[in-house]
Amino acid sequence: MALSTPSSSSVRAAETVRSGLTARQSDPFGRAFQVSLWVAVLATVAILGVLIFDVVTHGWGVLAGETGDFLTGRLGSQPENSGLGQAIRGTFYIGVFVVVLTFPLGIAAAIYLEEYAQHGRLNSLISVAIRNLAGVPSVVYGILGLTIFVKALGSVTGPDANGRTVVSAGLTLSILVLPIVIITAAEALRAVPNGIREGGFGVGATRWEVVRSHVLPYAAPGILTGTVIALARALGEAAPLILVGATTGFLTGGESFLPDSLRERFTALPIVISTWSGRPGEDWAASTSAAIVVLLVIVFAANLAAIVLRNRFERGRR
Amino acid sequence: MPLARTPVNLEALRLTGRRAVAETLGRYAFFSAAFFSIIVSGMIVWSLAAETWTFVSQVDYSTLWTDGWFPRRGMYDIKTLVVGSLLTTIVAMLVAVPLGLGAAIYMSEYAKPSVRKVLKPTLEVLAGIPSVVLGFFALTFISPEVVQRLFSGATQFNMLAAGIGVGILTIPLVASVSEDAMRSVPDTLREASYGMGARRVSTVLRVVVPAAVSGLVAALIIAISRAIGETMVVFIAAGATGGSLFSVDVLGPGQTMTAAIASQAAGTDQVVGEGLTFQSLFFVGSLLFLLTLLLNLVADRFVRRVRQKY
Repeated sequence: MALSTPSSSSVRAAETVRSGLTARQSDPFGRAFQVSLWVAVLATVAILGVLIFDVVTHGWGVLAGETGDFLTGRLGSQPENSGLGQAIRGTFYIGVFVVVLTFPLGIAAAIYLEEYAQHGRLNSLISVAIRNLAGVPSVVYGILGLTIFVKALGSVTGPDANGRTVVSAGLTLSILVLPIVIITAAEALRAVPNGIREGGFGVGATRWEVVRSHVLPYAAPGILTGTVIALARALGEAAPLILVGATTGFLTGGESFLPDSLRERFTALPIVISTWSGRPGEDWAASTSAAIVVLLVIVFAANLAAIVLRNRFERGRR
Repeated sequence: MPLARTPVNLEALRLTGRRAVAETLGRYAFFSAAFFSIIVSGMIVWSLAAETWTFVSQVDYSTLWTDGWFPRRGMYDIKTLVVGSLLTTIVAMLVAVPLGLGAAIYMSEYAKPSVRKVLKPTLEVLAGIPSVVLGFFALTFISPEVVQRLFSGATQFNMLAAGIGVGILTIPLVASVSEDAMRSVPDTLREASYGMGARRVSTVLRVVVPAAVSGLVAALIIAISRAIGETMVVFIAAGATGGSLFSVDVLGPGQTMTAAIASQAAGTDQVVGEGLTFQSLFFVGSLLFLLTLLLNLVADRFVRRVRQKY
């Protein structure tokens, strides 16, 4: 067969390829797939929208009617005389514990793992431990808090309240979010280009000086994002607080923001929401919705700050 | 010139005095902080182990297989809790996997950067919603407006609504882990596929998804682990505070391992009751800890396989 006259089969193959590449075709399966992806995305966004709309519309009456009383009042047996003062105070102090304890500890651990640690058995054990701690259910951290901070250390955390205080709660939640802080801070440190470190070492700086003056400033926005997300997580947790013994019903005291009241009994926003959810009637549902709006505003404000910080950080890098 | 007045010499570079102390102190301080995570792991095991051992060594084994979980009456039917956890987790995955994976494929393969820029924060907002909020939503919206409308026999507290709530909570997790897995697939694979004349849907389903399959499996396992460990949604929306009869009916109330722990600790001032009631809490806690630990270790394997590949 001559080279200049291609066989009929290869002509047919070329024709098939050409028509497959150039001819306009409908692609029903491809369209259907893309539409189903849109449905998945829209459904997810719609769920979020319905949730927020539902909570805001139900809670609006309570929030708009008596905002001041609702935000500062005490827990009560009737929806109309129940307020969130004690709960907001508890949640505030839990946040203080997380910021004061977990942020420095978690960032320090991340600095060790990313900047100091050599390959070795102990160091790989440490990173395995951190990854596993991040997956431990929150209620198990509650058991830890119950055993150690409430029972074993009760005389320290709250001698007059059987250890069921905001100190125990704050310590428990600080430990709960520690792996989140370590993992996100380590990621931020890993993203720092090595040239930045080498620049520091090149002028004779020690490792600590390089970390302090070169690595940390570069990684700061990423670290901050992770810590704020961890804080939001801690403020929304309820299960460990149930184990640690947050007060669900009537609570005397627990209003003062003075530090010497830390070793009294306490409650927190997620606990109040959980308790009120179980109470019957439209009025309780409205109060619960209003409490949820307050919690969501706090948590979203934290998350929003994290997102804004990260966007600014990413823009600065390009 | 200020620079000329401080010439760099060997003396200035030598590691002496305060610099040496800071260097050594820093190393020890950072190591201690990292080592604390091993201490925390030890604290978890220690806090579970003692009371679990008391329970296991003293419990009458016939009470572990009865008609229901009523710890205050000495009935510790563990299958009630395991089946309850299993049912809510299955429901949760039926919600979270299609929605989360769909959102992940869309964001990684279809969405324009501008769309992705809006969608990703939206999912992060969803991820930031506390579980108590979804518990309330499951009880007051999903149960009456969705479940009870579709199934006339459903009770106000039911495992289906709770499972859907847990599923909504895990959508962002599935989405973000799967998206990471698919975005780590090198573009050369996609280009090779397009070069062969493949359509986008074929490229996604026959090239990208198979290449990312380890990460997608990891996403599923992490989501299952998270769903099993989720407490508040089930605690609020599935009812059965205090105890539950063995049930496989998702339209009725039920109890999971997590909710059993929480409801035993809630409501009473002290966690007390008949005989081993208090200890049973730790037994369930140990079971939950081991189960999620196993799942997390397996998921970790899969995640690392993705990292090694690309």
